[in-house]
Amino acid sequence: MDGAWQGGPPCKRSREGSQLAAIAEFDSVGLRYGTGGEVLRDLDFRLTGGGFYFLTGPSGAGKTSLLKLLYLAQRPTRGRIRLFGEELSEAPRESLPPFRRRIGVVFQDFRLIRHLSAFDNVALPLRVAGASEEEIEGPVREMLAWVGLADRASARPPTLSGGEQQRVAIARAVINRPDLLVADEPTGNVDAEMAKRLLHLFTALNRLGTTVVVATHDVGLISASPGAEMIRLENGGLADPTGMLRNPPAGRA
Amino acid sequence: MMLDWLFASPADRRLLGTSRFRGPTPWVIAIMSFSIMIIAATGLALANTAGSLTRAVEARYAVEIPNGASDLDALAAAIRSAPGVTSVEAVPESEMRRTLERWLGPAAQSADLPVPALVNFDVKPGLALAPIERRVRAIAPGAQISAHADRVGPLLRSMRALQWLAFGLVLLLSAAAAAAVVLAARGALDTHRSTIEVMHGIGATDLQLTHLFQRKIALDALLGSLVGAAAGSLVLLLLASGASFAGALVGGATLAPLDLVALLLLPLVLTALATWVGRMAVLAALRETL
Repeated sequence: MDGAWQGGPPCKRSREGSQLAAIAEFDSVGLRYGTGGEVLRDLDFRLTGGGFYFLTGPSGAGKTSLLKLLYLAQRPTRGRIRLFGEELSEAPRESLPPFRRRIGVVFQDFRLIRHLSAFDNVALPLRVAGASEEEIEGPVREMLAWVGLADRASARPPTLSGGEQQRVAIARAVINRPDLLVADEPTGNVDAEMAKRLLHLFTALNRLGTTVVVATHDVGLISASPGAEMIRLENGGLADPTGMLRNPPAGRA
Repeated sequence: MMLDWLFASPADRRLLGTSRFRGPTPWVIAIMSFSIMIIAATGLALANTAGSLTRAVEARYAVEIPNGASDLDALAAAIRSAPGVTSVEAVPESEMRRTLERWLGPAAQSADLPVPALVNFDVKPGLALAPIERRVRAIAPGAQISAHADRVGPLLRSMRALQWLAFGLVLLLSAAAAAAVVLAARGALDTHRSTIEVMHGIGATDLQLTHLFQRKIALDALLGSLVGAAAGSLVLLLLASGASFAGALVGGATLAPLDLVALLLLPLVLTALATWVGRMAVLAALRETL
């Protein structure tokens, strides 16, 4: 698979226009699960289209919860969230699928469908969007080749290594050329070399216009991305509420 | 098209794995379908028999002449000549005694046993009986006229009650089949929860997800109901072919062509019910998620 990750992702269209406006805006957002205390509180920030963001903070700070709000798996218990220019905090659930199709998610635990082949897993977003099998075949093969899994297209997740599963998950997240890519600890299960390749992939996608948000503890990853900005969470709140994008990693300071 | 969901692509079929026709659902539905088929056929046969019996006796009356009647023929002739009478059948005392011999033996011929003679007659529906009654009393003052409908009324009421009981059981069994489908749908949702989460996450709509489950439920229900109905039909055929004894007992209970069509449609109705209930259950469960 060496070399397979060196180029940009397969792309047929430009996203220059999406880089100007705010792609996500959080306004006094709070989140609690059930009757427990708030796991997120008073979040005020905006993500610019085409930006590259690292979401950092200690374990339990609320990174995964924040990502869930971003990829519409959770509603805030207070405050407002605008995604792609639309207020979605209280939007009817029937209106959410079109927005979800504009978001790619890489889960820490991959969340591949075990009984589907790598090909079918990667093809899922296209099929959900209504693409025909003829429209799917080429891009999926191309994407699998791009992540170095061309010869593993018919393999099922349980027969793939952790790194291979992660690449399938990434291919699935980006096959639709999402406007927003959200990755939760994407380097948590991979070695340093794989992490470097992942970062290269995200950067390539970002250059093509995709807004990237990566939650990570990996300081090496953050330091290797001098162009990225950082959101730091502590105890459910922004570490620097007045300037959450003014807390660059030490390597960039 | 409304039934597009039934013809899912191979890729869509793969989404729920290859678990079709496994698990108890098709078998539960087969048992329900078999029971419904038998009970519905019984109910329809009872309804037909009750209908035939009602039609046969609704305009039939009997004149009972205590201690026989020497002028039975004159009485029958008087009734026959009355306006509105369509048929008359005299049953002499001797014939009544022969009938009673089956139960009483030679004692039925004893002069000590009072045995009446009978004249059965049919009239046009709605005919007033008073003129006939006057003619009868003129010849046999002690005669009593009774309606056959009054005598078989309790039997008819029992048959109607059994008929409605059968239809009620059909409804109950259908409801039980529907409940089994709801449980199966919830089980399937639990089994495929991670797939549903992934599909929702990448933008699948409730309807897209529901179609996957709905198709599986429909195929399971169709298989189960066809197997059950086939077994039920076989049993009914066996009963019908060897039912001369039963036929004699119930006056030849039969099923009309429309009844047979209704019975043959039962598996499809059960499939449609299961599919609809399954769809509602899946949609309701999905609506509980974001």
